[in-house]
Amino acid sequence: MIEISHVDKWYGPSFQALRDCTTSVAKGEVVVVCGPSGSGKSTLIKCVNALEPFQAGEIILDGIKVNDPKTDLPKLRARVGMVFQHFELFPHLKIIENLCLAQEKVLGRSHDEAMAKAAKLLDRVGLKDHARKYPAELSGGQQQRVAIARALAMDPIAMLFDEPTSALDPEMISEVLDVMVDLAREGMTMMVVTHEMGFASKVAHRVIFMDQGEIVEDALKTDFFGSPRSDRAQKFLSKILSH
Amino acid sequence: MFANFDFDVIRRSLGYLFFDGMTFTLTLTGLGALGGLIFGTLIALMRLSGYRLLGRIAGLYVDLMRSLPLVLVIFWFYFLVPYIGQWVTGSSRPIRVGAFTSSLVTFILFEAAYFSEIMRAGIQSISKGQPAAASALGLTYAQSMRYVVLPQAFRNMLPVLLTQTIVLFQDTSLVYVLSIPDFLGAASKVAQRDGRLVEMYLFAAVVYFAISCFASFGVRRLQARIAIVR
Repeated sequence: MIEISHVDKWYGPSFQALRDCTTSVAKGEVVVVCGPSGSGKSTLIKCVNALEPFQAGEIILDGIKVNDPKTDLPKLRARVGMVFQHFELFPHLKIIENLCLAQEKVLGRSHDEAMAKAAKLLDRVGLKDHARKYPAELSGGQQQRVAIARALAMDPIAMLFDEPTSALDPEMISEVLDVMVDLAREGMTMMVVTHEMGFASKVAHRVIFMDQGEIVEDALKTDFFGSPRSDRAQKFLSKILSH
Repeated sequence: MFANFDFDVIRRSLGYLFFDGMTFTLTLTGLGALGGLIFGTLIALMRLSGYRLLGRIAGLYVDLMRSLPLVLVIFWFYFLVPYIGQWVTGSSRPIRVGAFTSSLVTFILFEAAYFSEIMRAGIQSISKGQPAAASALGLTYAQSMRYVVLPQAFRNMLPVLLTQTIVLFQDTSLVYVLSIPDFLGAASKVAQRDGRLVEMYLFAAVVYFAISCFASFGVRRLQARIAIVR
């Protein structure tokens, strides 16, 4: 589903954000990407739907080369859902309108069709009573669930999560993770940048550990938590699991 | 002290002042602001487009307009547009352009420079995550601007845009150089016809003051309301 091979990315001439990153996510697979901050994990996931350009290597998404200038990027992006750290709901639109906008403007669905889909998804994330509110009236956890519903409304073939719980208060993290766990169990292809190792051990198939722009470790979940091969991954794990 | 003044001249000319003069002034202000906003937004988009050449052209345009006195631009335009029209259409003599059309075009082009700076600030005030989220949903650049970025930029900047429109309302009086009967022009005509300069100019000042003051008050109210919503 997602094939990343030998991707290099520089910010300016001197700083290399990604170094020869190669990995893949198969259909129905849940892959967690973790690593210390500044390790390039968010950058990598943003390369997958070309929100960030990269200079070398290639990424193939469902058979389509992302970094081909001939690729219709909006069309490609519409097929992959993305959830951001800071939710990025559109504050000037009501919740239901946030869910309908791209369905109507990108997929060309009728208003009624989009509304029906939106209502169904809001119900699914437990927020159907908030359809007529504005994003600012919702808590962070609720906003993030809306953001997930908004991405799902496009019937994506895969979902990308960029630190979906990092900006949330602790008591709101679980309500978002619950939605993500359900999604994973239904067989959604997911690439998740997160520090939530509980989520990783519960639903991930594979864990990728990144440090300084490199994929240091790419292992099955049991191997990763059992005995990470690299020192850096061991250090990282001991730091975040010790509390 | 007012013994020699005849304030009845105001009452007698009210119809002309407001139905002709003020209507013209408000039409020019309204259309000028609307056109300036649309054109100004385009200029702002050019400056932020990332295409260096487009940005440079837009930047030059803004700098040019902001470094010329408005009266001069109004004047020049009135005399130049017929010849530009002739050159564009290739006709044998200068195109006839009415004073209203000429002044409206001038105000749109001139105000666009100011509105573009306001809209540029407005667009830059929107966090980068918003267009990124729009792109991630599959919206094109144009759609992301149209449905996500510009509505928010416009809403954030509405008080500033309206304040600029109040300035425009006052600036429209400069069309007197084309002897167009806008509100001030109308007042001035009556003043000279009846020899009542002090009365009429005093009255014109009071009217401009009252309208601008009232509008500014409205903008402040609006600003307070927007601040709460956000």
